Amino acid sequence: MSMTGSVPGTDNRGIRELGAEEKVGWDQVQQGVVLPSFEGDAADIAHQKAEERHYADFNSYTATVASWRVLKPVYNRDICIDCQNCWVWCPDTSIISRDKQMLGIDYDHCKGCGVCVEVCPTNPKSLLMFNEAEENEEALSEWPQKEKKAK
Amino acid sequence: MAKEFELNEVEVWDGNYAASQALRQAQIDVVAAYPITPSTPIVEGYGAYVANGYVDGEFVMVESEHAAMSGCVGAAAAGGRVATATSSQGFALMTEVLYQASGMRLPIVLTVVNRALASPLNVRGDHSDMYLGRDSGWIQIDAFNAQEAYDLPLCAFRIGEHLDVRLPVMVHQDGFTTSHKAQNVYPLKDDVAYKFVGDYVPVDEMLDFTRPVTHGAQTEEDWHYEHKAKQHKAIMDSKTVIDEVFEDFKKLTGREYKRVETYMMEDAEVALVLLGSSVETAVLAAKQLREEEGIKVGVVAPRCFRPFPYDLVREALDVPTLKAVCCLDKSSPGGAMGALFNEVSAAAYTTSSRPMITNYIYGLGGRDFAMDEAKRIMKEQKAHADAGHITTNIQQFSGLRGPKLGFYETRRS
Repeated sequence: MSMTGSVPGTDNRGIRELGAEEKVGWDQVQQGVVLPSFEGDAADIAHQKAEERHYADFNSYTATVASWRVLKPVYNRDICIDCQNCWVWCPDTSIISRDKQMLGIDYDHCKGCGVCVEVCPTNPKSLLMFNEAEENEEALSEWPQKEKKAK
Repeated sequence: MAKEFELNEVEVWDGNYAASQALRQAQIDVVAAYPITPSTPIVEGYGAYVANGYVDGEFVMVESEHAAMSGCVGAAAAGGRVATATSSQGFALMTEVLYQASGMRLPIVLTVVNRALASPLNVRGDHSDMYLGRDSGWIQIDAFNAQEAYDLPLCAFRIGEHLDVRLPVMVHQDGFTTSHKAQNVYPLKDDVAYKFVGDYVPVDEMLDFTRPVTHGAQTEEDWHYEHKAKQHKAIMDSKTVIDEVFEDFKKLTGREYKRVETYMMEDAEVALVLLGSSVETAVLAAKQLREEEGIKVGVVAPRCFRPFPYDLVREALDVPTLKAVCCLDKSSPGGAMGALFNEVSAAAYTTSSRPMITNYIYGLGGRDFAMDEAKRIMKEQKAHADAGHITTNIQQFSGLRGPKLGFYETRRS
């Protein structure tokens, strides 16, 4: 089941559990385990938004591949300055941003590495790691205050 | 545009130079290589062709054989014609990536100059590196002399790149005995050779930006098995294409290759089965023994080590007169009967003639295998035939100093 739905622009993401694809016989598998990324001509793919692309069945874009995450980043919109640092550094394209505005985290692909928290420059940070089981609302209510500068 | 290399109708080339000329004529897009004895001159020769303008493609020097084959995998996945060369320890270091290449169905050509594997360290020729590749999913073709070391790489590109095959191909030759022995070689002219090999047809190439693809995906228990089965079927079925390509090559050059070469098997009572440069020794010994002592000896030589020519080996050994066969393995089996013995025995077991079969380990680390020893082994097979049962150990060692070494006796009387 998708964990992403609430973040705009991720409607088609993470709809399948990994391994839920149709199982075909040896005679029908793709030669050399070559997996096409998109359906049809993809020459213009770089100019399309992710939600506009026709991803192929085996593209992990449409699968939820984050079940082994233990700690998750939680995003605090009230503090974020939309600097895009986390978007640049995320190794799994799991920071969702549109028109240079940070929208949230794609929990179907985020593995919980914490790089986004590390590179966040605000005070306090706009992204912090919390236990996977903790509700995001609860996490936001516990957010730390701005640290005073040492004199 | 690559310059044409002027060639005489007949050249004096060793096996290494012959192989490097064949690679040049195929106009490869990428050669990634790390030279090693005794295949060094293949890489060296190819490097000189690149430097002197006889090749348009890229020549990539890398830091190891693992990197060489990895470079080949990347370039082949990108969509280019790719080849390299190696031997022995280099082959061993490539092994991990050999399995990647075949599983990814990339038609790379690897010219292997067979050499012993350490320890003890040894640069001379035996078949332990060739045997190491036998479950790797590569087609393995064996050249017995310099002419074949030129001809077979040209065939290898055609076979591996065929759309019904798309598998990597090794062309083997024996270290030093073939690779460093100068012989008469009849090359094709550059344009004729290239026309035979043909233009490369990429499949699922990564440089096709209209259709991005992922190569080298991970699969677990739900997909891996089906992919391996499909790959196995491809190499089993490749025999049809191999036969076709050999037939086309014969039409072009008059030189005939078969997946299993047979010599004087029509009326043979005893036979040797072996690989590599020793085949020519055995054929000459068999001819002489027929003349000298009237023993009807034949020789069977699998040209194609993989796919193992089960059909043609069985055909070759299903001779009503055939009583005793000896399979010679030039690789230490490390606690088993020799691989050639095991595979040939399994094929012969389903024939009606079902000859007695014994195994010799020979030639390890480049130990010479000469006419006298070949004849001695042939005569020993004749003794089995006359006695009606195997009179020696089933596995023995040829040309070994010290007390006689052998294992197992027959239970057939």
